[in-house]
Amino acid sequence: MRETRIDRRFKELKADGRAAFVTYVMAGDPNYATSLEIVKGLPAAGADLIEVGLPFTDPMADGPAIQQAGLRALAAGATLKSTLKLISEFRETDDDTPIVLMGYYNPIYAYGVDTFLVDAKAAGIDGLIVVDLPSEEDSELCIPALKAGLNFIRLATPTTDDQRLPRVLANSSGFLYYVSIAGTTGAAAPSPVDVEVALTRIRKTAKLPIAVGFGIRTGAQAAEIAKIADGAVVGTALVEQIALGNDDADALKRVLALATEISVGIRSIDKS
Amino acid sequence: MSKLNTYRAGPDDTGHFGIFGGQFVAETLMPLILELNAAYEASKKDPEFAAKLSGLLKHFVGRESPLYFAERLTEHYGGAKIYLKREDLNHTGAHKINNCMGQILLALKMGKKRIIAETGAGQHGVATATVAARFGLKCAIYMGETDIERQKPNVFRMKLLGAEVIPVSSGSRTLKDALNEALRDWVTNVDDTFYIIGTVAGPHPYPVMVRDFQNIIGEETRRQMMEQEGRLPDTLLACIGGGSNAIGLFHPFLDDEDIDIIGVEAAGHGIETGQHAASIKGGKPGILHGNRTYLLQNDDGQITEAHSISAGLDYPGIGPEHSWLNDIGRVKYVSATDTQALEAFQLCCKLEGIIPALESAHALAYLETLAPSLPKDHLIVVNLSGRGDKDIFTVADALGVTL
Repeated sequence: MRETRIDRRFKELKADGRAAFVTYVMAGDPNYATSLEIVKGLPAAGADLIEVGLPFTDPMADGPAIQQAGLRALAAGATLKSTLKLISEFRETDDDTPIVLMGYYNPIYAYGVDTFLVDAKAAGIDGLIVVDLPSEEDSELCIPALKAGLNFIRLATPTTDDQRLPRVLANSSGFLYYVSIAGTTGAAAPSPVDVEVALTRIRKTAKLPIAVGFGIRTGAQAAEIAKIADGAVVGTALVEQIALGNDDADALKRVLALATEISVGIRSIDKS
Repeated sequence: MSKLNTYRAGPDDTGHFGIFGGQFVAETLMPLILELNAAYEASKKDPEFAAKLSGLLKHFVGRESPLYFAERLTEHYGGAKIYLKREDLNHTGAHKINNCMGQILLALKMGKKRIIAETGAGQHGVATATVAARFGLKCAIYMGETDIERQKPNVFRMKLLGAEVIPVSSGSRTLKDALNEALRDWVTNVDDTFYIIGTVAGPHPYPVMVRDFQNIIGEETRRQMMEQEGRLPDTLLACIGGGSNAIGLFHPFLDDEDIDIIGVEAAGHGIETGQHAASIKGGKPGILHGNRTYLLQNDDGQITEAHSISAGLDYPGIGPEHSWLNDIGRVKYVSATDTQALEAFQLCCKLEGIIPALESAHALAYLETLAPSLPKDHLIVVNLSGRGDKDIFTVADALGVTL
């Protein structure tokens, strides 16, 4: 497989001696125009990678904040098609920041896997995280995605033991997303000590960069994670800013302000 | 498609019935599901497990349930001879407890301390709360707010049995959302919690495990019909939400190809109105709650809300084995509307002295289409999957009666 923007970005960051700031926002939340402004604004606010959430009615691994973000987006008319359009519009002004589409399988299945892969590639997507496609279901989308030149990023969790880890890693690429707690998105913050123990164990098998997510809300927490991981993922805390905003402009301002604060935390850690 | 030697061999090792089924869950749950599968496979080879389950089904649940000749319904339709498989007479009032008893024995064997479940009509919730109480395990039941409102008696029953009933306010606030919340609980409490899924859906091994625990319905029916009529039935009828009562009746008869097998989905206000719960008749294949199956969804793959007067059928999916049986043509899937189910509900009360569950009334409703034109020696078995005491408020409301 050819090098993707994701591979390149982690390489650059390693050379720079710092961890990646991985942001997650829901496509089309609170509406298409504001969502596009948010995604466009994130790189300047310090985001190194952007995970774009694909709205789904039944996000079984997500907590209330991301569930509501998805429903807001759907109510505003978001679809897989409009999500792909949002990413291509972003690509018109940014050809470097890696974009990972993150969501659930059914909207992709309904769209048609083959058509989806062609359109996703054309839109400028670099990788996929599909929460309800474990390695047991690799033939569905993972293998076709790899053939199409997209990274298939897998989640490892506290329940992924040494015996299972090789299976999880088998067809994954780009980076490994370590879910730091057993729970849904936005749950309690992980203890950095536990995360460090887990990462030491996982690194014995995994050669990919590891980004850690679930429960990181502040610059200080992100800095703790940046010390021990190759990247820190922040989603729920950003998405909550949209619900808190008085209007679209305020939502945009809040998301980018929090992103900037967290980015400062991550950049304060020198890993060289 | 070439003809199969048996319809009973599925699923394959990874839980697929043709293209349906599978294990579409988050990584956090995957190790738990594999562990559950291993424990379930081991229990099948354990004679002690089988003996314990069978003893409890007899002495605690009250099995076997009667196969009852419904003389006055038969007279009313004037055609085929109608038998009712009386799952309503089980302890807790429905077939749900057959499965709960099996799963709680597994939970105990696996050393789990806490039980969770989702419920729609509350029958599965009551059955789960019952077995949890019987074995002294903590129990939390997820139930949509809409269902809590329309199934108050069952909510109180669960509380009496010591369960915590957790209202679900997300989405359509019905069974689908209760399942989402239960899965989220499971993802969070992976160490000590066992999830008793109530129907033949969810990730493998749930569809096969729940089916196997419900197969006792069909196995008894075979034996009882042989005793009473000296032969097997000609037609089987059951209602379908997720489809556990139906598969329990159907599965032991799948290879008897002369037997017509019919599943009745809930057509709500009518399939043409879009307000229904008929996944096969009004949906298309997709992925939800751990399996691929027929689902109610829009063109963008977003799940749409089901509607049925019966809370137990108000689900936008169906068990994957039913989807497969539909596609290969072994089982015929039809539907009955809210109105038809309400009429059949009242008819069964008045003619047989049995108040059926609104779910089961959907199967009874199809008798009007089926029974009159069939000869008098044609044997129909309807799975009377539950009793209707829980539904009297809903029915009163629909009939404009104030209690």
